[in-house]
Amino acid sequence: MSAETTTPAVNESVSLFDADNPAPVIEPPRKRTKKTPKSTRTNFELYGWLFMRLSGIVLVVLVLGHLLIQLVLDGGVSKIGFAFVAGRWASPFWQAWDLIMLWLAMLHGANGLRTVINDYAERDTTRFWLKMLLYTATVFTVLLGTLVIFTFDPNIR
Amino acid sequence: MSTATLDKLEAEAQTSHNIKVTFRVRRFNPEISDEATWQDFELEIDPKERVLDGLHKIKWDLDGSLTFRRSCAHGICGSDAMRINGKNRLACKTLIKDINPAKPITIEPIKGLTVLKDLVVDMEPFFQAYRDVMPFLITKGNEPTRERRQSAEDRERFDDTTKCILCAACTSSCPVFWNDGQYFGPAAIVNAHRFIFDSRDEAGEQRLEILNDKDGVWRCRTTFNCTDACPRGIEVTKAIQEVKRALITRRF
Repeated sequence: MSAETTTPAVNESVSLFDADNPAPVIEPPRKRTKKTPKSTRTNFELYGWLFMRLSGIVLVVLVLGHLLIQLVLDGGVSKIGFAFVAGRWASPFWQAWDLIMLWLAMLHGANGLRTVINDYAERDTTRFWLKMLLYTATVFTVLLGTLVIFTFDPNIR
Repeated sequence: MSTATLDKLEAEAQTSHNIKVTFRVRRFNPEISDEATWQDFELEIDPKERVLDGLHKIKWDLDGSLTFRRSCAHGICGSDAMRINGKNRLACKTLIKDINPAKPITIEPIKGLTVLKDLVVDMEPFFQAYRDVMPFLITKGNEPTRERRQSAEDRERFDDTTKCILCAACTSSCPVFWNDGQYFGPAAIVNAHRFIFDSRDEAGEQRLEILNDKDGVWRCRTTFNCTDACPRGIEVTKAIQEVKRALITRRF
């Protein structure tokens, strides 16, 4: 009545395991035990979660506005050049716009990737190094961008 | 009139409604092989019967080595949660006619927990998460001489989450739990919700603190797998969101 769908694999390993010598079972990654997890008692995850929602709303306005100005209005992408950027950053309003957009977008993206790494990286060392790479890249980009916005010199040549 | 109906019923009972169904079961026996394999069983069964009846038929008549958990067989004890046709369900609440018996019915153990044999998994990490949220009444001060009174409205507040039978269908359908067993999982949060919103309980703040940590409610990705999987129809994702809201409103 019953039919084995995969017979060869079963027959091969019959001699390897028996009641006294059972095959190893496959444990799930990072299984919960009595000793885990260690409590940190901070609100970090709460603030992170809230930040994602709030910065997301602000970014919709900032990024869509940015794309509209850069790519659609007033000649579109062909108008962008050194003079166009210099002209915009002469105004503190656009400086603030770009600075806020840079910080929010970078932190929003970094936090999103942090949760992706938490969800997908199985081993603790992989997790650690991926996050270190992420944090380094984030800090570098944010600092470099901030530096450029504040020290931009239109008469560079 | 009544005898006519009875005769008709009897006649119907004699003409067989049985259909041929193929059960494709995920078998694993560490005493034979370290690999899990699919095994097909062909059954003659009434489509109005449940998947559990089919499994009984296999175990009792075809292959006694088939291993699965079941206790009450009526959807209350929560021991026979399994992955039937790729969805977490209770075998004792799933009718064969409802899951397209024309094709082979696949039956697997629930995911994210160690498979010990065939459909039996190690539930210990699941129950550890349950214990970690302190699922019992905690109060301060002296015990009242009478029962602890509660209004109907206060009881209604957490009524949905009292229905949990700890079958692990939700937790083992959660993609976050599959990859990281440190996450509390929907079932533990549902059972914390049941006490956090109980007007008689006084340790809600403590439980919120536990679920506020890095493996708590903030890891929920609101994929609604848990709500789809729950055999008791608990709005699991909604309960998790209510815990999140309680955390935010009580912290600010």
